[in-house]
Amino acid sequence: MSQSRLNLLLCLLVLALFLASMLIGPARLGPLDSLRALVAGGDEATMIIMREIRLPRAILALAVGFGLGLCGAVLQGFLRNPLAEPGIIGVSAAASFGAVLVFYSGLAGAAFYALPAGALAGAALSVVILLAIAARHGSTLTLILSGVALTSLAGALTSLVLNLSPNPFASYEIIFWLLGSVKDRSMNDVWIALPLMLAGWALLVFSGRALDAFSLGEEAAAGLGVDMRRTRLLVIAGVALSVGAGTAVTGAIGFVGLVVPHLVRPLTDRMPGSLLLPSGLGGAALLLAADIAVRIIVPGKELNVGVVTALIGAPFFLWLIVRSRREIF
Amino acid sequence: MSLVAERVSVELAGRRIVEDASFSLARGEVVGLLGPNGAGKSTLMRAIAGHLPHSGSASLDGADLATLSALERARLVAHLPQARVIAWPLSVRNVVGLGRMPWRSFARGFSENDRAICAEAMELMDVGDLADRPATELSGGEQARVLIARAVAQDTPVLIADEPASGLDPAHQMTMMAALRRLATKDRAILVSLHDLTLAARWCDRVVLMRDGRIAADGPPAAILTPECLQSVFGIVAHIDHDRGGMILAPTGLTGDTPP
Repeated sequence: MSQSRLNLLLCLLVLALFLASMLIGPARLGPLDSLRALVAGGDEATMIIMREIRLPRAILALAVGFGLGLCGAVLQGFLRNPLAEPGIIGVSAAASFGAVLVFYSGLAGAAFYALPAGALAGAALSVVILLAIAARHGSTLTLILSGVALTSLAGALTSLVLNLSPNPFASYEIIFWLLGSVKDRSMNDVWIALPLMLAGWALLVFSGRALDAFSLGEEAAAGLGVDMRRTRLLVIAGVALSVGAGTAVTGAIGFVGLVVPHLVRPLTDRMPGSLLLPSGLGGAALLLAADIAVRIIVPGKELNVGVVTALIGAPFFLWLIVRSRREIF
Repeated sequence: MSLVAERVSVELAGRRIVEDASFSLARGEVVGLLGPNGAGKSTLMRAIAGHLPHSGSASLDGADLATLSALERARLVAHLPQARVIAWPLSVRNVVGLGRMPWRSFARGFSENDRAICAEAMELMDVGDLADRPATELSGGEQARVLIARAVAQDTPVLIADEPASGLDPAHQMTMMAALRRLATKDRAILVSLHDLTLAARWCDRVVLMRDGRIAADGPPAAILTPECLQSVFGIVAHIDHDRGGMILAPTGLTGDTPP
């Protein structure tokens, strides 16, 4: 399949799922009424449901999914490692910790961008640590083990902060931060996260060409004129912005960045650079679909969407390890 | 004139790996870099290619390579690292096409010229028939030829190839060396590290011999690859013969051994 056709098809899929996400929910609204309320106004209850409940939810699912799919593709290409993914290597967990720290220390009220800033700092720190450990002599094993350690550490610190918090309900929120969700978000959350995510995506897309060269190893890439330091900075800043900003408003959503690149890679020419856009679109589609699924499967008591992505993603991860054991390790 | 390395020294983790290496490489010349394992051949090549900090200087037509940007350098020197990495099942055509990267502007497709150069490079290394195969599914020797075709497609005045012939069958070893010779006739300078002494003696214009990080000898193969030299640098005894095509060197034993 040609690159532009694949992207077009994925765009249509995302669009269809976005519409479905706008039309499906516990409030039984007719599709035409709800769309009219969204665009033109009208019945106030319908309008509020559409504009302030479903719209931010659908936008966040799309944007966070796009960012996760894109980051997965970038990290896999950069580390030449099919198991790299923001959730698995601990970036999402670290971003969660950063957000929780800001949230429960009371700093979140201090400034509009304090919450995402905390998540960004957590994400950036974890990417820097990972690259320091795994980029140079990057065996798969080193990467995954460092990721496990970082994820556990960040998870433990998150729990610690929540347990120490004076808020009696804080410990219930551990679930939210560790298995994220896009429900009950407001347009405020969208405005906090979206600009930062857009900036991150731009940086990541800009690194695509260098990622192609990385397929032949770091030394060959340097010999092809790739500026190593610049590429590393683009990847660190881009992943931190996309994952950090997303996690700040939705909590950690895992495995999207792992599953999607593997699903779309066979449809591309397999160059890491040409995988970026399809992977982002695929991520958006997957998270929108998963978020629709949580509304349909248990209508009364909604699951966190992070539960669903983990239910799909973790077995897939195990399958990848089994399949690739002879090739990678 | 062309590439000149002057007193290049490289220190890695506190150890001097290359010490005061000086040599030159003229356009139109194939120079073999020989020496036992750990003599510093790869390190010297990586330093000249700009991948390692070093003292001394490597310059091309008077311009110091270390002062150039990575992109400018990539248009002058192509380096084939010893480690053969192909991370994804990319097609052979795409791997070779990566060699055009320094010449293509951002987000621009391949020009007719790019395609022609890649096709020529694939033909030269006898991988044209494999163009649509995933490079990861090829044999080690085929991958080696694909990767050197990538370096050839970079179309630079200097080509530095680290052990491109290892793992190749005898026919393709000779095809490879013949291809490097043909590139040299197109006004390129070629530096190639080798372990096969006969291959070096018959196909290189000059050999540079390294031992313990220093350049031990530099000159035409016939003058350098003498029994004394083989003994002192490699610690081997070799049977040396000549035929119409040049020298034949067959190692027969280690220094100190009694011949069988």
